[in-house]
Amino acid sequence: MATDLNSSRTSPEIVAPQLMFTATDQSRKKQLMENIARGIFFVMTLLMILPLVLIVVYLFVKAAPILSPEFFFTNPTNGMRAGGIWAPLLGTIYIVIISLLVSAPIGVLAAVYLNEYARESWFTRIINLAVVNLAGVPSIVHALFGLGAFVYFARMGRSVLAASLTLAIMTLPVIIASTKEALGAVPMAFREACWNTGATRWQTIRGIVLPNSISGILTGVILQVSRAAGETAPIMFTGAVFFKAISEGDVLAYGLLDRFMALSMHLYQLSTQVPGVPEALEYGTAVVLLGAVLMVNALAIALRVYLRSRKRW
Amino acid sequence: MRTIVNIFHQLGRWCEPIIEGIIRLCGISAIIFVFGIFFFVFREGMGFFFGGLDIVEFLTSPEWYPTSLSNKRYGVLALIAGTFSVTALAMIIAVPFGLGAAIFVSEFCGPKLKETLKIVIELLAAIPSVVWGFIGLTVMNALIIKIFHVPIGLTMLNGGIILSLMSVPIIVSIGEDALKAVPDSYREAAEALGATRWQVIYRVLLPTAKNGLLAAVLLGVGRAVGETMAVLMTTGHAVNMPNSPFDSVRTLTATIAAELGEAAVGSDHYRVLFIIGVLLFSITFIVNFVTDLVIKGIREKA
Repeated sequence: MATDLNSSRTSPEIVAPQLMFTATDQSRKKQLMENIARGIFFVMTLLMILPLVLIVVYLFVKAAPILSPEFFFTNPTNGMRAGGIWAPLLGTIYIVIISLLVSAPIGVLAAVYLNEYARESWFTRIINLAVVNLAGVPSIVHALFGLGAFVYFARMGRSVLAASLTLAIMTLPVIIASTKEALGAVPMAFREACWNTGATRWQTIRGIVLPNSISGILTGVILQVSRAAGETAPIMFTGAVFFKAISEGDVLAYGLLDRFMALSMHLYQLSTQVPGVPEALEYGTAVVLLGAVLMVNALAIALRVYLRSRKRW
Repeated sequence: MRTIVNIFHQLGRWCEPIIEGIIRLCGISAIIFVFGIFFFVFREGMGFFFGGLDIVEFLTSPEWYPTSLSNKRYGVLALIAGTFSVTALAMIIAVPFGLGAAIFVSEFCGPKLKETLKIVIELLAAIPSVVWGFIGLTVMNALIIKIFHVPIGLTMLNGGIILSLMSVPIIVSIGEDALKAVPDSYREAAEALGATRWQVIYRVLLPTAKNGLLAAVLLGVGRAVGETMAVLMTTGHAVNMPNSPFDSVRTLTATIAAELGEAAVGSDHYRVLFIIGVLLFSITFIVNFVTDLVIKGIREKA
């Protein structure tokens, strides 16, 4: 039966020759416009992406000679003109972890409030506006805030703690936004089913909503890590310093109230403040920072793609 | 066994209000932080704002000599001009390309290519600003000197190009969202009338999605105005009223970043940098507020 239908569809006598489409001037012009537009937009997209990909490749090529385990595990020496990136690398890891410990719980709970508790009202709108604004505040203003609030007012001094807290507040909107999206993707029926069994709001959130959205939340957390690792301005005046010697290979080298070196700050110093730095050293630092951030982001994207593929509802 | 379960049950009942309280507190944390930022930044600058700073001169004089011994001047007009000229240049490049790319990604390409392009754009958006600055300092600087035969490549042009590259990913992704928000029935209706893709875009999608596209551009502007490290490293750092793209300029953000480390804590110079911070905060607040209104406008129409 099915084969019959197919053969009748492809049989030539159905499409009579006189009914075939013939191109008129107008339709030809239309088609031409269409092709031109498609071409222009394609070229525009290509022009935006290709040079960037080339630049990134160029950075990696320039940095290749210096990238060895030794580069990662030695301190900068000789007034930053030789050695590796151990101290800044460890500093960046410190501030990323501590800022994450602060901003992840606050951000996730804030999103829980906005998505599960808050009703549509002017107050909720103000909170949302505040989140958008927090994301839009320039990073250097966050630095001023960190300096005024944490370094001087809270008397933390320039330290790992002050810089991490500044970064935590700055990256809060990233976590709030992605967690809200993840929570919003959990179907309402899941919650209603849980409420019907007599569960309270919080029990529903803990037992149903959070477990079903944990991977989406994780994506946001990963993005926060990448953002925190790359920022320079907020840590410049709140704790990151030009040079601090720490013992190589000791992962507990920094204390909470110590000043520290960070990769992003190190790259800024190398490329603008120190004359006569070997090129490979600069490129090496840039590539380690860039590589780390891109890898972390790729992880977030991979997680998201994986999740979408096995979504159950 | 049952009593233990019961105890936990009771405990849970007592805990619930506490947990809800914590959640509510976190919920309003964003508001607390936004006010906190304004409060603490203004608090540091207050002493000079109310005692000695000539507001009119501050906003209208291009003379910025905060460290001069005999003739201290705190005029930020040149810095404002620097910020807006670099931002304007960046937008001239980024808006057509960003919206063009958004249209291509949303309307012209197949699902596979679309997915790939979106991932690439997302990765580009993640590149840290200090790495952008480094690219401007090395690659772009050399390119500009070579192509335009100018002695210095660290200029408004360099900063503008780098900033445009930084804001394009935002414009593309928000712009694409805006185009996606146009109901498919609009496209189908237009195509049923015999319109080509381009005609659909030009006559139907652009007018319908114009608020969303405007929001995309505004977010790009917000990012460009607030960007610090990249412009600090690429614009050449001379306090100038800019005349041409080949002039070195300095922006509001770069000034804070460059001078805060040297200003003595509590001095007029130190405080005026915080006042610049308040100014920046206000500018981005207004841009974000307008963007929010624009986006809200879309939602109410839809």
